[in-house]
Formats: sequence, C-alpha cells, structure tokens
Amino acid sequence: MSIIIDTEECTGCGACVDNCPFGGMEIKDNVACITGECTLCGACVDVCPVEVITIEKEEFKIPKMDLSKFKGVMVIGEQFRNEIQSVVYQLLGKGRDLADKLGVDVSVVLLGSELDDKLKELGEYGADEVIYVKSPILKDYYSDLYVNTLTEIIQERKPEIVLIGATPTGRDFAPRLSKRLYAGCTADCTGLDIEEDSGNLLQTRPTFGGNIMATIRTPTSRPQMSTVRPGIFEPIENIKKKPKITIIEKKLDEEDSVTKILKIIDKEKIAINLEEAEVIVSGGRGVGNKENFKIIEDLAEALGGEVGGSRVTVELEWIEQDRQVGQTGKTVSPKLYIACGISGAIQHLVGMETSDIIVAINKDPNAPIFDVAHYGIVDDLHKVVPALTEEIKKRKSKN
Amino acid sequence: MKIFVCIKQVPGVSEVKIDPETNTLVREGIPSIINPMDKNGIELALELKEKYGAETIGISMGPPQAEEALREALAMGLDETYLLTDRAFAGADTLATSHTLSLAIKKLLENYGERDNYLVICGTQAIDGDTAQVGPEVAEELGIPQITYVQKFEIRDDKVIVERAFRGEEVVIIETKLPVLVSVLRDLNEPRYPTLDGIVDSYEKEVKYLNHEDIEAVKKNIGLVGSQTEVWRIFVPKRKGEHIILEGSIEERVSELCQKLKEDKLI
Repeated sequence: MSIIIDTEECTGCGACVDNCPFGGMEIKDNVACITGECTLCGACVDVCPVEVITIEKEEFKIPKMDLSKFKGVMVIGEQFRNEIQSVVYQLLGKGRDLADKLGVDVSVVLLGSELDDKLKELGEYGADEVIYVKSPILKDYYSDLYVNTLTEIIQERKPEIVLIGATPTGRDFAPRLSKRLYAGCTADCTGLDIEEDSGNLLQTRPTFGGNIMATIRTPTSRPQMSTVRPGIFEPIENIKKKPKITIIEKKLDEEDSVTKILKIIDKEKIAINLEEAEVIVSGGRGVGNKENFKIIEDLAEALGGEVGGSRVTVELEWIEQDRQVGQTGKTVSPKLYIACGISGAIQHLVGMETSDIIVAINKDPNAPIFDVAHYGIVDDLHKVVPALTEEIKKRKSKN
Repeated sequence: MKIFVCIKQVPGVSEVKIDPETNTLVREGIPSIINPMDKNGIELALELKEKYGAETIGISMGPPQAEEALREALAMGLDETYLLTDRAFAGADTLATSHTLSLAIKKLLENYGERDNYLVICGTQAIDGDTAQVGPEVAEELGIPQITYVQKFEIRDDKVIVERAFRGEEVVIIETKLPVLVSVLRDLNEPRYPTLDGIVDSYEKEVKYLNHEDIEAVKKNIGLVGSQTEVWRIFVPKRKGEHIILEGSIEERVSELCQKLKEDKLI
C-alpha cells in the first residue's frame, strides 16, 4: 500500500513535484521521493513522463461486499418546520439524472409529522417513490433519531446512492449514518456523475479552500453517500409521474433520544435569500467603506436584485454576514452577478462562478475576477457604478 | 473529567495561491497552523478545566511535523498531547481517520481508568478538507451523543447544556449528559495566545507519539486500506467566462454593457 518510485529509472525531472497538490513529493539526490504530506492521491502517477511511479493499492480494489445487491438512488428529503427544503428538489433533479444513466429508480425519504399533503408533488420533480416516516417528534431535528431511522430504511432498501443536502442538518447526521453503515461519504459535493462501465458515482468537491477540486469514488462498497451543496443543481419540474407513496408510522418519543431539546429560539427572520436571488450586486474591498456601499445598494435596487459581498466586507462589518458570497459564505448562481471592487480570490470565485452572466468592475486589470467575468470594465467603481445605475433607471423608465 | 481535543494541523489555505504558469498550488512560504476552529476547541477545554477542574488532552493524527501544532496546544495550556503518526495511517478518509482517533481515545480512557466522565471536542470543520465528518464519526464509534455547530457550552450539575446554531434562523438549546462529543464554531470563544510562561512550560512537556500498534489498530481498518472512498482525480478548477473587456469612456462602456445585458434579457 504505497507509492513506489523506480529510482533507477527516475530522471529527476520534477514533474511529480510540480503536479502534487499536497507537497507530497520532492527531489532528493536527483530522484523523486515521498514526503510526509503524501495522501496517496496518485496525481504523480499520471504525470510522470517516464512512467516510473506506481501506486499499489490492489488490496483496496477488491470489493468488500456484493455491490450488485444495491440498487437505486435515494434522496433524503430534509424538512424544516414542515416545509420541504429547496435543496431536496435540486437533489431530485440530479438524482433523476443519475438514476436514468443507471436505469434505476429514485426514492425520497421524508421524516416529519405534517407532510401528508406534500408527498404527491414530489413525483413531478422526479421521485418514483416517496417514503414518509411519520411521527410527531420528527417535526424537530434529533440527530440520533434521524440516524436510527435512516439506518433501518437504508439497510432494508439497499440503495446504491444516497444523496443528502449539505446543510447543517445533513452534515450532522450524514457522517454518523455513514459510519454506522460503514459506507463512504463524500462531503459538500458540487459535481456528481456516473463513471461509465463501473457505474461508480463520481463525486467532485472543492478542497483546500476551493483551490483544488477532488473527484472521489467509493469503488468497493455501497451505498455511496454524498452530501451535496445547496444551490448547485437545478430541479426538473413537470415530470408526469405518480409516485408510489409509502407511509411508515413510527412510535417515537423524547425518551428515545439521548438528547433533549430544551428550547428553540427564533432569530429575527432574515429576509435575505441570496441563493434564490436572480440578480446579485456584490461589493469588495474596493468599495472603500461602509457608507460607499450605498452605491452598490442603489444598483441592486435598480436591477431588483440583492446586495452581496466578499468576506472582507463582512469582516469589516460593511454588510451583514448573511450576504457573504464564497467558500465560507453562500454559494450563489444568479442570472446576473455584478462584482464591484472584488479582486476575485479563489474563495470568492467558488461561491459565484456558476452565475449565468458575470460582470466585473475593478480598477486592477490583472484582478482574477476578470478571468471568470463575461463582461469587464477596468475603471474606478465609484464612477462606473453610479453611471450604470442611472443608465438602467433611464432604460427602465423608457419601457 | 477528561477532556479530549481533536486537533488538525492544516496549511493556512487562505494564503494559498495558484501558479498561473503551471496551474498548481504554490506552497512555498505557506505556514502550517492549528485549524482555527480546533483552537476554539482548545480554548473551551481550558475554560472548563479552570471552572470545573479536568485533565485536558490534545490528540492529532498526522505526519511527524504535526508535533509543532501540538507544541502550540501545550503552550496554550493543554496538559498532555498525543500525536498519532505512522505510515500505516496515510491516505485515510474520514472513516479511517475517525477509527484511528476513536481507538486512541478508547486506549487513553482505559489507561486513565475512566469510563464515562469525559468530553470530546472537535472543531466543526477543518479549513483544508472542509468535510465536517470526522467529529460525528468519532462520536458514533465511541457510542456517545454528538452535538455539532456549537456556539455555547456549559455544564450544570451533571447536565451538559449546549447551544447549536441552526440555519441562521434559529438557535436550538439542547441538553444531554457526559460523555458527549461537541464540534464547535469560531463564535464560541476567543482562543487565548500562549503566554511566555506557557511556552517555557510546554518544553518541559512531551508530545507523545503513538503508532498503530500502540492503539491496537488492525491495518485493514486504517489508512488508505481502511478507507471506503478514494481520490480518483485531483484538478485545478477551470474558470469560465468570455472575458470581454469593454473599451471607451465610462458613458460608452456603461451603455454598451446595458445593451449586452438587454440582449441577454437581463434588464
């Protein structure tokens, strides 16, 4: 189980060093050798021009179970206060796509108490079967009750793929569930596909703060579990499907949980919903100060959009936390994203680069934001943004 | 009470840059740091020790250079630290990592003769891998409850009362008992800096090394072999965009932009 370098044949060219994402290779005495940072990812194997690097993981390749017993895609349908969350529809969209490639069915599992009237419509979004576990206590989220209930269902149904929204709820129960099932689970995926021939799920996720992407497989065991970042995939609507509905009444009460919810405190309802906004105008450090954010707000208002910002603008308290776009904030993909005075650090780009049209306004022509922008204006945003707001208002009043 | 803090040494990723020529990560000069949320975990352990009395133990799995992170944790004030380092641990996914950490915690509990009077603290997620999975998986293997995304923690009599941040819309106050695993957020507290005395004292303490035999791990359950997931491909994300840089006076450019946005039916 290791990377093997044929030191006799190694030319010491350093291609492996340059291509190792983890700093796990170095050249010593003119030959490549492994450092403590190596994660056995195999990137060096692919790039070695003289093919002297091999990775030995035969033992790993042997399936640990009969994979053919597992069939179908299962989506875990997160609800919050009896509202099915938008990520569920996105997962159904992607789940349908994956299931069609595999020629299998999509099921969705709901845990809750007052969802009866919401079951049928899930068929329109691609579900072949809706499994509804009903119990009054499940209206709230209990980590252990979710894990216990879902373990039973997954062990009985044996899906090959389980998709879960990468929300605070999903990211709480998914890893624990995967551990109990001894199933691989890939966190916070932004890309999902099926590998031809093997039928393995290819799970792509940003890592190292979004600097690199890793595609992960679970080749030797099932189910293959993923938590999926909200806002990445599109729901498919109006599929004419009448789903099979299975209702499981479950007798559960507080005594069944090792934790007790003492109190749920509502925070002030937040009207900001960046993920759903069609237009977002974002400001960065270049805006200069809190007062200047007014021009960003004006432009957003003229366009009927929302205001967003880079991490630094939140840290400086120019805007609220909920408006932060990027790796540690929201992932958005509006129809139009206007970045004003944002240089485009990778952590920001991963949060907005799937937007349909990106406009960048920045003084610095070398700012990385221009690499993702469709239209760029290299100039002072304090002049450009008000002019743009005026122009848009003018055009709107004409119509 | 024994308090275990799981600590990960990570590259300071916010400083990571891509070399545009080779399209690879520039790693030179990037410092290795204690994962920021793990520092909040260390701070919580120290505050609980000051309030209720406890033994605080830091554990980390990583290459030998992760000793540096554990030294810093000792300087902040932890009583003991253990570094799980072994080639057999390499290439571990979260399942194999959580197994290794759990075996170490079980082994240490056995050595202390402690059964239930303990707490495990993790940072909610690490800034390099960002999975947030190891904490809940350790809790599962230890068979103890977990509370993730913790922003407030206290012990009242034999009860543990915790505030969990939930969706930005609500805060849930949860009660449970020891033993429990909590994964903490940066809002929880302000981690202290090591004092000069702390740094001096830390050199009298030892970062203890544990290999797979010390924790009685079976090789098929650890490292790459014990992992269910494997990295199939690593790549630097390609950036899209047509990169049309508009030219002319501000008025001309603004007008052209509006024209283009109109063609795209955006205004």
